Amino acid sequence: MRRFVSGVLSSYQKRSLSHRSLGFFSSTTSLPNSDSPSSSSSAAMPTPVTLETINPKVLECEYAVRGEIVTLAQRLQQELQEKPGSLPFDEILYCNIGNPQSLGQQPITFFREVIALCDHPPILDKSETQGLFSADAIERAWQILDQIPGRATGAYSHSQGIKGLRDTIAAGIEARDGFPSNPNDIFLTDGASPAVHMMMQLLIRTKKDGILCPIPQYPLYSASIVLHGGTLVPYYLDEATGWGLEVSELQKQLEDAKSKGITVRALVVINPGNPTGQVLSEDNQRDIVEFCKKEGLVLLADEVYQENVYVPDKKFHSFKKISRSMGYGEEDISVVSFQSVSKGYYGECGKRGGYMEVTGFGADVREQIYKVASVNLCSNITGQILASLVMSPPKVGDESYESYFMEKDGILSSLARRAKTLEDALNSLEGVTCNKAEGAMYLFPRIHLPEKAIKAAEAAKTAPDAFYARRLLNATGIVVVPGSGFGQVPGTWHFRCTILPQEDKIPAVVSRLTEFHKGFMEEFRD
Amino acid sequence: MSHKGLDYETLNENVKKVQYAVRGELYLRASELQKEGKKIIFTNVGNPHALGQKPLTFPRQVVALCQAPFLLDDPNVGLVFPADAIARAKHYLSLTTGGLGAYSDSRGLPGIRKEVAEFIERRDGYPSDPELIFLTDGASKGVMQILNTIIRGEKDGILVPVPQYPLYSAAISLFGGSLVPYYLEETANWGLDVNNLHSSVAEARSKGITVRAMVIINPGNPTGQCLSEANLKEILNFCNQENLVLLGDEVYQQNIYQDERPFISARKVLLDMGPPISKELQLVSFHTVSKGYWGECGQRGGYFEMTNIPPQTVDEIYKVASISLSPNVPGQIFLGVMVNPPKPGDISYLQFMRESKGILESLRRRAQIMTDGFNSCRNVVCNFTEGAMYSFPQIRLPPKAIEAAKKLGKVADVFYCLKLLEATGISTVPGSGFGQKEGVFHLRTTILPAEEDMPAIMESFKKFNDEFMEQYEDHRGYSRIREGETSRVSC
Repeated sequence: MRRFVSGVLSSYQKRSLSHRSLGFFSSTTSLPNSDSPSSSSSAAMPTPVTLETINPKVLECEYAVRGEIVTLAQRLQQELQEKPGSLPFDEILYCNIGNPQSLGQQPITFFREVIALCDHPPILDKSETQGLFSADAIERAWQILDQIPGRATGAYSHSQGIKGLRDTIAAGIEARDGFPSNPNDIFLTDGASPAVHMMMQLLIRTKKDGILCPIPQYPLYSASIVLHGGTLVPYYLDEATGWGLEVSELQKQLEDAKSKGITVRALVVINPGNPTGQVLSEDNQRDIVEFCKKEGLVLLADEVYQENVYVPDKKFHSFKKISRSMGYGEEDISVVSFQSVSKGYYGECGKRGGYMEVTGFGADVREQIYKVASVNLCSNITGQILASLVMSPPKVGDESYESYFMEKDGILSSLARRAKTLEDALNSLEGVTCNKAEGAMYLFPRIHLPEKAIKAAEAAKTAPDAFYARRLLNATGIVVVPGSGFGQVPGTWHFRCTILPQEDKIPAVVSRLTEFHKGFMEEFRD
Repeated sequence: MSHKGLDYETLNENVKKVQYAVRGELYLRASELQKEGKKIIFTNVGNPHALGQKPLTFPRQVVALCQAPFLLDDPNVGLVFPADAIARAKHYLSLTTGGLGAYSDSRGLPGIRKEVAEFIERRDGYPSDPELIFLTDGASKGVMQILNTIIRGEKDGILVPVPQYPLYSAAISLFGGSLVPYYLEETANWGLDVNNLHSSVAEARSKGITVRAMVIINPGNPTGQCLSEANLKEILNFCNQENLVLLGDEVYQQNIYQDERPFISARKVLLDMGPPISKELQLVSFHTVSKGYWGECGQRGGYFEMTNIPPQTVDEIYKVASISLSPNVPGQIFLGVMVNPPKPGDISYLQFMRESKGILESLRRRAQIMTDGFNSCRNVVCNFTEGAMYSFPQIRLPPKAIEAAKKLGKVADVFYCLKLLEATGISTVPGSGFGQKEGVFHLRTTILPAEEDMPAIMESFKKFNDEFMEQYEDHRGYSRIREGETSRVSC
């Protein structure tokens, strides 16, 4: 029987537990006499913000994507800068994070043209500008500026985002899905991550509230569930069937949680998957929708990789579309869909643009969502504009269409090639099996580590996959994230590697990785 | 039929408790009226560009170039952008790995954090460590991060000024903590009396609350007062004695409209005081690109600087920041230019100075116009706006008005503000959204409407107010009618 081992919550939790038992209560018990200010013996009381006295949920949460391995990588990078040639490689290759433009991917020219014009509208009045920007970018900038009161891109907007931009996004969703989308259902956020946090905040009341999450999962989910005081209810994707999602597994985990007194509130599905890369079949999606409807769960559909599909036999279908095509409307099922400008072929991570489309909730709940959004006033305007461009890019016939299409196609086909090359390379390594990356930006190979290596890891007080990842980094400069950062079936080991290094770097990545792995397996041969 | 996933009843209670009046009832009503075609003057939020303030030219040029780096290679770029903007754009791009589209370090680009540290050193005269400066998507996110780190449960209290900017009360509700109010003295120019602090803390402790931190907003929001150096010293000593973290919201540090109390940062005063306090007192200071003379609210750029926070705690804060990956990069660049504006001799210097001075001087004039305007109204008393962007007049509502409000199920100042909105289109925020003493009513408006519109706005307000007071005061003699007597005035 599979159990979710605390692979995702291990080291910090252990550390914090010991801290908590020491200091958690001591700072709160000594209350001074109310007539006089407390004595100046500040040495007696712990200072207010120390590890002992901070919010324990902060201590407990983990986020491996930028965890220990990355800190080590940064140190090595500094070493390289200070003492070139001192390490067995001459550059650090960050394959830990889906950050395409940091590894050389170019932004989509049309999008950047429009944004630059919106950032500095006065140049639209200059004739010289025509020579620097394409005509349709200028036109789109005018269109967008006209949707912004006073053309003030520096003003806080409506807390859900600029109405005209939401109209554009809704139209884009409708064009994509064939079903209407209401601009009032859209909440523009600083990236998809804050939107996920908002939903967790709304859904989680106490530790007895559970959220069903895939294992392996993108650790934003585990971290935000911990931060908001809830319980992660794992459901395992099946590695043997290409990371398949079985509804029977969902059902089992739901029953299991219920029997432990957990009220399961929502189901997270990441499609295409992260770190696993699988694209769900339509049948599968229908089963999931049926399951959520039956069990009264909110479906949280993370669809940020919707434009990253690399196999001809699979297509992205939004969960909203699937629900509507099954005849289910607002009354039948609650679906929250997340999209971002960080992925796809646009890769605009640094802009922090994204949105959630919230359907199937009553007006009173939507008021609350609005209220929480309003405390932060609004998301950044550039990100909002970008989200509208992503959902409504140049069309056939537009001046920029050809160059836009070439850039997009170039990036996507390159990603597909890199996914295949790296997948093949990994599968050729001894003891390594790697499922195909049907979509997203990652490979998640399984490494069958020899007993000797596992023992060595134990001796070094590290998880075996972290041990492997460290060795890999030290030997090759390649940064990956240990599988324990995402969750995995206990006793199995993986790592997540992005497919993002530029194509000309891939051969080097493959050869360095292959050489390292051979050496590692030799060293730890039983 | 199974229950729906997210019914109102099953929402997180903390979310339901949250109030944020700045975009609450009044704003929603104003938006409705606007849709119906009524002209609305939105003075509910400190949002300068929405009321006609123009963005500063230089930073926009720099960021536009950073967004479209291919422009830098174009031989004609110099026809549209000045050379110093081009150079600055190249400089900021060089601080990134991959330009504006890549996630930066979760704490913000190291190069920009260094520039912020240098700014702080120039401002205060003490070195600042870039490793202790975290950039955030606006100061609000930083405040939320820090409060989330401090608050463990409802027994943790945060000292917050009353009146306060309701981000604090909202965040405390959201994180399940307790707000411990300390009242500012309206009759003493919204001054902060340390005795009030002591009694607030004592009362909280008697209820079993552990007071963990104290918030000061300097210059104040909504109240505008600028703290004196002596006041800051008292506050620092108080926090030190009571073992509180001081959270210094200093987002309005550039908005100062009097010369008696210029802005001094809490950190400078702390370091001036020397050891031991300068090495022990825990302080987090917040700043932003949204206010000052920049008003770049929509960019969401801000930072917090930590002083005397233990390294392991800093690590934990970093960890939580990393879950959100990174603050938006264009906002970071705005911050860079803000702390490092054009210098004398730079091509853009004169224009930058002209634009900045123009805005600041106008704000100073508008602060005065509004204060005087309110003070000329019946039953309205208004402290001078020493700093920040708001006016917070006290409206002395007659008992009948309060009655009428009650009958409609509304808080008295909400009632007044709704009537003001409907009569004049001026959208304000009722004082109850910020907290005030029991039975004392206020409203908050901004000093941001264009200077040329100000006289008409104040006139419109005065007309409404004086008529309102006319309507609800006892001048018709109703109060002199004893029980049983009939009125001699027809209704």
